[in-house]
Amino acid sequence: MIARLLALCPALILPGQALSNPVDPAQHIAIIQAVGSKGAGNPEAAAAFQALSGATASSILPLLRAIEESNPIARNWLRSAVEVIIERELAAKNPLPFEELEKFLADRTQAPEARRLAFDLMLAIDRETSEKLIPGFIDDPSTELRRDAVALLMTSSRKAGEDATTYRKALDAARDVDQIKEIAKALAELKEKVDLSRHFGFLTNWQVIGPFHNSERKGFAEVFPPEKEVDLKASYEGKESEVTWQALSTDDPYGKVDFNKPYGKLKEVTGYAYHEFDTGEARPAELRLGCKNAWKIWLNGKLVFERDEYHRGQRIDQYKMPVELRKGTNSILLKLCQNEQKQDWTVQWEFQLRVCDATGTAILATNRPEGETK
Amino acid sequence: MNRLLSISLLGATLLFFSGSARAEWHRFRGPDGNGYTSGSKELPPELGENTLAWKATLPGRGLGSPIVVGDRVILSAASGPHQDKLQILCFSTRDGSEIWRRSFWATGRTMCHKKTCVAAPTPTTDGKHIYALWSSNDLICVDLEGNLRWMRGLTLDYPNASNSLGMSSSPLIAGNTLVAQIENDSESFAAGFDLDSGANKWKIARPKMANWTSPVTMKFGGQTIVALQSGKGVMGVAPSTGSELWNFSKGASTIPSGAAAGDTLIVPSSGLTAFRPNAKGGEPVSLWNQKTQKPATASPLVTGDRFYFVNSAGVLTAADRKTGDRLWRIRLKGPFSGSPVACQNGHLYLFNEEGLGQVVRLSGDEGEVVSEFELEETILATPSIAQDSLYVRSDQTLWKFAKKGN
Repeated sequence: MIARLLALCPALILPGQALSNPVDPAQHIAIIQAVGSKGAGNPEAAAAFQALSGATASSILPLLRAIEESNPIARNWLRSAVEVIIERELAAKNPLPFEELEKFLADRTQAPEARRLAFDLMLAIDRETSEKLIPGFIDDPSTELRRDAVALLMTSSRKAGEDATTYRKALDAARDVDQIKEIAKALAELKEKVDLSRHFGFLTNWQVIGPFHNSERKGFAEVFPPEKEVDLKASYEGKESEVTWQALSTDDPYGKVDFNKPYGKLKEVTGYAYHEFDTGEARPAELRLGCKNAWKIWLNGKLVFERDEYHRGQRIDQYKMPVELRKGTNSILLKLCQNEQKQDWTVQWEFQLRVCDATGTAILATNRPEGETK
Repeated sequence: MNRLLSISLLGATLLFFSGSARAEWHRFRGPDGNGYTSGSKELPPELGENTLAWKATLPGRGLGSPIVVGDRVILSAASGPHQDKLQILCFSTRDGSEIWRRSFWATGRTMCHKKTCVAAPTPTTDGKHIYALWSSNDLICVDLEGNLRWMRGLTLDYPNASNSLGMSSSPLIAGNTLVAQIENDSESFAAGFDLDSGANKWKIARPKMANWTSPVTMKFGGQTIVALQSGKGVMGVAPSTGSELWNFSKGASTIPSGAAAGDTLIVPSSGLTAFRPNAKGGEPVSLWNQKTQKPATASPLVTGDRFYFVNSAGVLTAADRKTGDRLWRIRLKGPFSGSPVACQNGHLYLFNEEGLGQVVRLSGDEGEVVSEFELEETILATPSIAQDSLYVRSDQTLWKFAKKGN
């Protein structure tokens, strides 16, 4: 209650007063960071926001720094407070902390989104000076900042008459799919070999089993034997006959694993894919899946996520799932359900899965064979 | 009936707000959500350089309509290679100058079909605050100065509530409740949110199927009802509680939305169907059905005793609201994604996907195209009419048309 009252009091400050009585942002930031799920904390955050919006430019850096340790909703509250302060200070032609923003931008431990926001503010203050920093973003943990540096390299390569070395450097740095595809196309035209599957970190070698049934889409909820145990030597009663595990690999540059290849273009069926991913250390990672069938995914026996949507589209990194990899072997089990639709755009029964870090940089398994993909 | 009576206070509140809202354009398809406003008699029936008041460059794409509050026109957008920068933009109605813009990081999935956009829903307002929803399920309230009042990340709260093709349903305000349909193949629901805090007032499960229609309000027994359309039909709910009042169970379209006229709802269902709620609840009273009247993407427009719709061939049909009988039809230059709008000047305004604006005179025995103007940009949004002016957004630009000096 005390915190709430403290938050409300500054809201009574008249416009203009805040400039002569700078707001201490810390207490208001703490209130904003307390926003929770399902709207919890919104009224308190609104009062804190109102107080912060009267702050001077000196509050911008504390707000940006707070973003790193905030949840996705709080991050937006803090961002919006920065925008309101900047808007007012720019209109009043008050000085803005360019040098402090530059120091913040250089601190790669800060939230990537906040650093991008800082850079956008710097561009608004002094575009020419700020743009000189872009080449240094080439290995930045912020994919947005890195994107600018990659774009610069791509332009340089084109200006140099399609320079393969520069394109290769751009590809190594690129994390956004559209840029990667564009660079890969340019390199292919230069007769350069590109291992896209390895660049992305797609898993290309699987053990698969099926088909089990998915009549009336009930297979999605039904627990078939592979969900109880993964025994690659076992056989089970499938939809129409006994089913066993078999190897299925893909040479698709974007890692698409097609269940229709071993089983035919079936309908109302369920299949499973299993992969063992070895790592030398325990570490945070993301499983990134593209799939237009209903699916479930388990890591080391624990359900990570499930989704029962059919044929609404598929793309690389459609679903991003933060996970913790353990040292040694990590088991990945994927359940893939095909439904009853007969239209030609519902034929696909496939997925593409990669393991990467939060920036999209591939994490390659220690047991991934060299030259695994073409 | 008791449930209907229980929302009488809410209805009175709505009547109070509807007066000011009528002169403005507070939500998708205007004051009554049927494409028509009874004001704007002086809106010129000509689209062209002579009536182009101003245009403003937009920083991001969007399919949602502009809304108009006082001297401000507000719209949402999404930008960035992943459409994950969500924006609310506020322009001056006077000269198109940008008053403020706010940006947010999307918290939900932003994947959608390339034709549509994360900023597909139209924002709404109660005249004091702006409520904006994106396909990422981010739901945000700001005041008229752009100050954040609350934010919900509905995909954070309900992780499977999304459609990989994108969602487009526009929220509306009924009484003290913001109603939104978050309907999809997986975690499908509709909810009422508290206007002040964004907290759930109610949440109901909805058919597990993709749905791009928007809720509409209608009046019955002096009360306001929110009609939720889906492939299963249309359900009428009390806006403050979400409780079911009646249910039309004969199926309906999942793309064009219905249009209300008083206590009658015209719904894209088996062609077009009109019904009136049954005072006893349950299945509504069917008034007519026209199986050959098939609106395509654009939703029907209701003006007094007539309604209008556009089919997939770009044919605009005028029909009698009480019988559904066709009065006339005229072929326009389609295809259309945005819906037609009209006002008291007796003309209908519609833009095709290639950016051709077309004005149709409605007053004669036959419709007549009286003006065409090529904006040369993709337009998938529905225009808005307020204060004798027409606003339309293309992929890159916000345009205002009005008499010189307005």
